[in-house]
Amino acid sequence: MAYPMYEVDWSVLPPEQNRRFNPAFNIATIKQVVNEAIERVRMPTPTRLRDLIRQIRAARTAAEERSVVNKECAYIRSTFREEDSVWRCRNIAKLLYIHMLGYPAHFGQLECLKLIASPRFTDKRVGYLGAMLLLDERQDVHLLITNCLKNDLNSNTQFVVGLALCTLGAIASPEMARDLASEVERLIKSPNAYIKKKAALCAFRIIRRVPDLMEMFLPATRSLLTEKNHGVLITGVTLITEMCENSPDTLNHFKKIVPNLVRILKNLILAGYSPEHDVSGVSDPFLQVKILRLLRILGKNDAEASEAMNDILAQVATNTETSKNVGNTILYETVLSIMDIKSESSLRVLAINILGRFLLNNDKNIRYVALNTLLRTVHVDTSAVQRHRTTILECLKDPDVSIRRRAMELSFALINGQNIRSMMKELLSFLDRSDAEFKAHCSSAMVLAAERYAPSNKWHLDTLFRVLLKAGNYLRDDTVSSTLQIVSSAAPERQAYAAMRLWSSLERSAVSGDATEKQPLVQVAAWTIGEYGDLLVSEASNAISMVDEDGVDDFVRPSEEYVIDIYQKLLWSTQLSINTKEYLLLSLAKLSTRFTTQPSQDKIRVIIDTFGSHIHIELQQRGVELSQLYRNYAHLRPALLERMPAMEAPAAGPDARDDSDHDPDLSDASPDHKPDQVADALLDLIIGSDSLTNGDVDHKPSQPPPSNNNSSSNDILDLLSGLDLTPTAPSNVMNNNLSAAAPAPAPASLLLDGLFAAPAHINTPVTQVELPTVTALEKNGLRIVFGVQRGGDTVTLTMRASSSASSTLTDFLFQAAVPRTFQLDMMSPSGTVLPPQGEITQVLKITNPSRSALRLRIRVSYNVDGVPVLEQAEVSSFPPELFN
Amino acid sequence: MMQFMLLFSRQGKLRLQKWYVAHPDKLKKKITRELITTVLARKPKMCSFLEWKDVKIVYKRYASLYFCCAMEQEDNELLTLELIHRYVELLDKYFGSVCELDIIFNFEKAYFILDELVLGGELQETSKKNVLKAIAAQDLLQEDETVDAALREEETPQGFFEDHGLG
Repeated sequence: MAYPMYEVDWSVLPPEQNRRFNPAFNIATIKQVVNEAIERVRMPTPTRLRDLIRQIRAARTAAEERSVVNKECAYIRSTFREEDSVWRCRNIAKLLYIHMLGYPAHFGQLECLKLIASPRFTDKRVGYLGAMLLLDERQDVHLLITNCLKNDLNSNTQFVVGLALCTLGAIASPEMARDLASEVERLIKSPNAYIKKKAALCAFRIIRRVPDLMEMFLPATRSLLTEKNHGVLITGVTLITEMCENSPDTLNHFKKIVPNLVRILKNLILAGYSPEHDVSGVSDPFLQVKILRLLRILGKNDAEASEAMNDILAQVATNTETSKNVGNTILYETVLSIMDIKSESSLRVLAINILGRFLLNNDKNIRYVALNTLLRTVHVDTSAVQRHRTTILECLKDPDVSIRRRAMELSFALINGQNIRSMMKELLSFLDRSDAEFKAHCSSAMVLAAERYAPSNKWHLDTLFRVLLKAGNYLRDDTVSSTLQIVSSAAPERQAYAAMRLWSSLERSAVSGDATEKQPLVQVAAWTIGEYGDLLVSEASNAISMVDEDGVDDFVRPSEEYVIDIYQKLLWSTQLSINTKEYLLLSLAKLSTRFTTQPSQDKIRVIIDTFGSHIHIELQQRGVELSQLYRNYAHLRPALLERMPAMEAPAAGPDARDDSDHDPDLSDASPDHKPDQVADALLDLIIGSDSLTNGDVDHKPSQPPPSNNNSSSNDILDLLSGLDLTPTAPSNVMNNNLSAAAPAPAPASLLLDGLFAAPAHINTPVTQVELPTVTALEKNGLRIVFGVQRGGDTVTLTMRASSSASSTLTDFLFQAAVPRTFQLDMMSPSGTVLPPQGEITQVLKITNPSRSALRLRIRVSYNVDGVPVLEQAEVSSFPPELFN
Repeated sequence: MMQFMLLFSRQGKLRLQKWYVAHPDKLKKKITRELITTVLARKPKMCSFLEWKDVKIVYKRYASLYFCCAMEQEDNELLTLELIHRYVELLDKYFGSVCELDIIFNFEKAYFILDELVLGGELQETSKKNVLKAIAAQDLLQEDETVDAALREEETPQGFFEDHGLG
């Protein structure tokens, strides 16, 4: 810091006689230097970008780095406040570095706009860079840039135009695209190739964001293909590809450029070495690939266009050097095009052979691409792909997850009736060692394939059991129910076989303690042993061959007590899910009618009784219910726990599966979706996951069910049993539930009559009740009627839904809404299943303080034969006495 | 179309990020974090492709730096590898045997080069020469401004570009 040594202030001599006076220092200079000094103290020169980076890198801990960054950010913020334009560019550059480290930098957004507006190229370059990194189209700030862009798109400097186009291409929001589309269109027609290519890609992005804007670019686009410059050609092809994918009309419009594209491609492969575009001996692979892709789109489902490109595709496929990645890149794209267009069969053979070579390539990337492409083409020519089956199965063992996934999907696509046994063997061992993420998908696909191509029922069951064993808890829920269905509809000796096989697995996992990992297996085993336990322990089981795939028969017929011991071990386990325990408990109850020895009977009874005090309410209820079958209702037990009839396969199943199997992209989405429907249908048919008793009992409607749905009539029975049956004024709850049967306070005997009649009055027509009723809905055999009662401001409506349809309505849900002046209170419905000629009731209490006319909107949803139905209606025809 | 490109080090430090799709900052950070972890966990012998969410990740390691592109389903994976290689070649030509430090200290140059190669997620120039020419011309424009300013004896900010070679 050189301060001027100038002592004029205290020298008495005139300046010319003062020897220490230096004429270089005049007052103006001094002032400037002083000002600078002050300025420097007030606002020191900002740290240079590279210095900041060095400082940050020197930080040894995260905290240290944070403190450097925070200090710098605070400084940068302060300069932004001071409108300091000299260092703005450097400060933004620093901020961008800080932003990359993950620190917030949004406060630099407006400064970027200021930089862009600066006339200096350096400022613009950094400003646009910042805008691309910091601006977010969810914030309105980004719209401020539109004007700057518009100005710069009209600049005389090509690089300024280039910066603006680059930014627009990267961050164009729909609004910006609309505002600037015409500028971009003008620039596509520019004679300058540098601007032309950038404008073409900008147009591509604009169409991506706002497809409606495509029309205006059409005229300028075609001429792009007549250029010599490869930059313009490749961007032109990209733009046309986007347009063709955008609308079928445009696709037709561009059919006529096929010869142009073929010519460009031909020139590329026939032209001699051109150093500018050469990549390891291949002339401009980037352009070649783009053209091949566009040809594929143009030739799809068009015989004439396909004919025009057959030759060139063959030429590319045979002439491309394949020792390097570039060559394979082009071949890959060519194969895709050949398989997609209506190409000659010889060409297709060529393409499949190329893929076969790819599969054997040492390069993992090439193998991945081959599997990917085979998967896309497997629906076109399965037999050709079948030839590579061994190689594909080999890829299942690849250490690379990307390759394994592809190989797995491809393997499933290749399964057919002839190869199912060998394929499944491979897939089973794959399932065994595969990662968790594959297990769900793989096991479901195996279950479907087994169902479709099973050569025999025994094989089918064996395969399912092995899948159950190996997929463990990753198995989807629907597999349990579909397996149960298959077991239940099998021949009796198969059922015995199933029980024996599953017993072996169950015993093994109970003993080794890994049952928690295989709960679906435990569920299937429990159900099967419960149903066919008598076959398991009987002498007859000796006749059934239990030789497994290794030729070993290690089946030991268990004693009844031992079976019960294993059950006890499992039921006592703390890690099994409630759902699994429900299966086990019910299965145990069933075994009580299958097993004959007294000790086993006693054991079963003890176990069931202990569940009467289980901490989980669901299990407790089952425990109580089942133990009743040993006491008051013992006579019902044998009939109640009879073997279930064979379950029917869901009708919709096979069709849905057919679709998904033919789907070339057996993506995650479709299998995810379809088996669910199957499962739903199945759930309706058989025991649901958590309504075991219900499902079971449904088959014997004649028995008084130990029902577990909290139906109101049961509640009231409980309530009444505690009462002394003295004629008291009925409580509100009773009143609500009984309003249909007992309108006014009635003697207890009458009340009881009404109650005990409740199960029977299912068939009682509603009209018989002497109450004003309002019919709310009458459609498709469903009739909804309101019984009406008034008490002061409160209106009590009793909804009765009755069905004259031939099928049972399930998942019945009644909803109601009232205007705001009312208050609606809905009690729980008497059930959700409405059998033919049956009835569901539900009580609604409406408070009407303003005593205005009652209006009610209702919505009813239910499933009939698996089809969901939704009905809505508005009810306003209530008798006026209700509200005035 | 390329959805984004990330450059990160073997230690998982982000060195460059270029987004061609509009995501909120938070999501970008989440994607970056997850992707870096996933890619770094892969073994060197594995293939360069990864199906990740709805995009195809194509990555390649050059020395200590990973180049990672997110492509759409229709894109040619092998060509993306060529594109990454082309970018590396350009960086190499520009910096003269490029290393990670060059990209750390001159990240803006790395962005400028990428912007001359790719626009809006698509390749815009297939000639290396043309890209380098455009970059050189723009660097020259910047320098001219600096010289002009110096000649006019104005206060010249030591532009961030002045301290080259400090890496």
